[in-house]
Amino acid sequence: MRTDRESDLEARPTAAELDTARRSRVLMKGNQAIAEAAVQAGCDAYFGYPITPQAELLEWMAKRMPELGRVFVQAESELGAINMALGAAATGARVMVSSSSPGISLMAEAMSYMAGSGTPMVLVNIMRAGPGLGGIGPSQSDYFQATKGHGHGDYRVPVLAPDSIGEAMELTATSFELAERYRTPVMLVADGILGQAMEPVELRFRMPERHAFDWALTGAAGRPARIIKSIDLDPEVLENRNLALQHKYREIARHEVRWEGWQLEDAEFAIVAYGTAARVARSAIAKAREKGIKVGLFRPITLWPFPERQLMRLSQRLHGILTVELSSGQMVEDVRLAVEGRCPVAFHGRMGGMVPTPDEVLGALKALRGRTERARGESHAVAPPRAEPVHAHATYEHSETTPWVHERARREGRR
Amino acid sequence: MTLHTPDPAAGHASGAPARLVYHRPDVLVDRSTHYCPGCGHGIIHRLLAEVMTELDLPAHTIAVAPVGCAVFAYDYFKVDFVEAPHGRAPAVATGIRRVRPEAFVLTYQGDGDLAAIGTAEIVHAAARGERITAIFVNNGIYGMTGGQMAPTTLLGQRTTSSPSGRDAALMGYPIRITEMLAQLPGVSYAARGTIADVASIGKLKAMIKRACQVQIEGGGFALVEALSNCPVGWGMTPEQSIEHLKGPVVEAFPVGVIVDRGKSAMPAADTGCPAPAHPEA
Repeated sequence: MRTDRESDLEARPTAAELDTARRSRVLMKGNQAIAEAAVQAGCDAYFGYPITPQAELLEWMAKRMPELGRVFVQAESELGAINMALGAAATGARVMVSSSSPGISLMAEAMSYMAGSGTPMVLVNIMRAGPGLGGIGPSQSDYFQATKGHGHGDYRVPVLAPDSIGEAMELTATSFELAERYRTPVMLVADGILGQAMEPVELRFRMPERHAFDWALTGAAGRPARIIKSIDLDPEVLENRNLALQHKYREIARHEVRWEGWQLEDAEFAIVAYGTAARVARSAIAKAREKGIKVGLFRPITLWPFPERQLMRLSQRLHGILTVELSSGQMVEDVRLAVEGRCPVAFHGRMGGMVPTPDEVLGALKALRGRTERARGESHAVAPPRAEPVHAHATYEHSETTPWVHERARREGRR
Repeated sequence: MTLHTPDPAAGHASGAPARLVYHRPDVLVDRSTHYCPGCGHGIIHRLLAEVMTELDLPAHTIAVAPVGCAVFAYDYFKVDFVEAPHGRAPAVATGIRRVRPEAFVLTYQGDGDLAAIGTAEIVHAAARGERITAIFVNNGIYGMTGGQMAPTTLLGQRTTSSPSGRDAALMGYPIRITEMLAQLPGVSYAARGTIADVASIGKLKAMIKRACQVQIEGGGFALVEALSNCPVGWGMTPEQSIEHLKGPVVEAFPVGVIVDRGKSAMPAADTGCPAPAHPEA
């Protein structure tokens, strides 16, 4: 994906340019923009380990943080990086770590410890395709990992998913805010396209307010010693610790859901997509509208907490939902849980670093419309509408336009 | 058993003034420990507490607790503590060190933690010359989990996971990790002591004190390995375990100062990072 790294580095704005060019638009890579947004948000320390496609984030920090007298350490591994972050964050510092999918897997252990012990930190995952070493193309196949827990134990972390570089910068500041407000690790997830692509961005930065922490380790001078830990061998005590965590997660779910609706006012169909998939969806929606299909976009910005009530309410007036992801279908499970059968939910996705085209998405949308129309027609003709739920006919695992389905069918000599 | 500090002014019934010969260092919490009877951790905790008191460290110490027998170390020291995942204490300490240049940063780790699962973290903290002090308690066994073979288990030693004795052909050789680390130029101080007898305990205390002073003086990475016993894990009485420690253990892990480069080992934190990230607290 990177062909000319040196020129990338030379092309990036200098610190002086950044200072004078506030509010003006400059061309930046997503990785660089997230890094600079973290710098401007008051990040005290950054720890990382090289991995494609997030290396420019680490490289940006390697230059900027020492310039400002702040901390940059290239660790011996992702394990090292995330645990350095744990230590620094335990002292109350504003800390960021970034990596890409295989590296995030290594960080799962410390994420569990940080969630358990209430240590705030921002972790950026510029997702690449897996499983295993996989590839370096863009992907959203870490949705389960990000939203259902990276490591062991009953915990969640807020997950923010921008769909543009500008939004990534804003959400970087938001990530620090959420981390410190709720004493929790926060994940900012983007795919390789958002990390690597250059976009004109308005240099609008935000420095979240600093708070005094009554838990931070600063040396027990004139106060009792503080302990930051996750262990409790007494089951009753540990259950209470877990109950407190769950209470915190309910508070987050109540107050921090973020999502965007686009062209939903008259929509009969909605595409649910986040990140790069949402950008493809916008193009597909524009094409569909030209053909008279009333479709809009429902874009979760917080993947956890998932905007389930908002989507549930919307689904009550929809004929069908198409979920588009750069994965085999992970978020679609949360979509189905939110919709609870109120309308059919279809899925279209690509894997391995492939990105669906707007035409593919349009094809999947047309197929969904055809199925829902047939299903409605049949159910009206044969029985009262409620006797045979619409989704029983129309819900299916994958769009027939999904290329690998074609490929498999071709190989097997069918169709 | 609770020891009360006598009031020197009170005097004895005989009328002779009392002389204070023993008292609990203030930094130690007055409570019974979770360690097994005869375990050496208590002695090493006490030595560390004495050194911290003598060097006036407790008020600005941030310590890192490991996973292993010393997982509850924070229950016994009145200093700020953070828990690290198994083996990651040197990385956690690195993070603290870099954002808190004024703090005294300490890790307390066992041999499974430091010399097996945490090998990468300890080697690279040492390689960076991280200005931290690591207290490494080597009792040659995984005590907390019931006495399994450790990286430092002696050849022939029976454990629950080497029931026929450690066989080099199948299980490799015990690691002398302190000697390995001592080769790295970022290491200011590396030494191995033992709690096997009173004289050795005095020497071990001197080593711990030097390892702490090196950090205060702005040196690099400092490590003290304390050879200790595990009567329960070794299947011995406390007396037998001390004899075993004096004999085959010290033979396999020679005691002494391995390297003392003092400040000549420049710490990475003072060269790579120009200014403190935090204002002096």
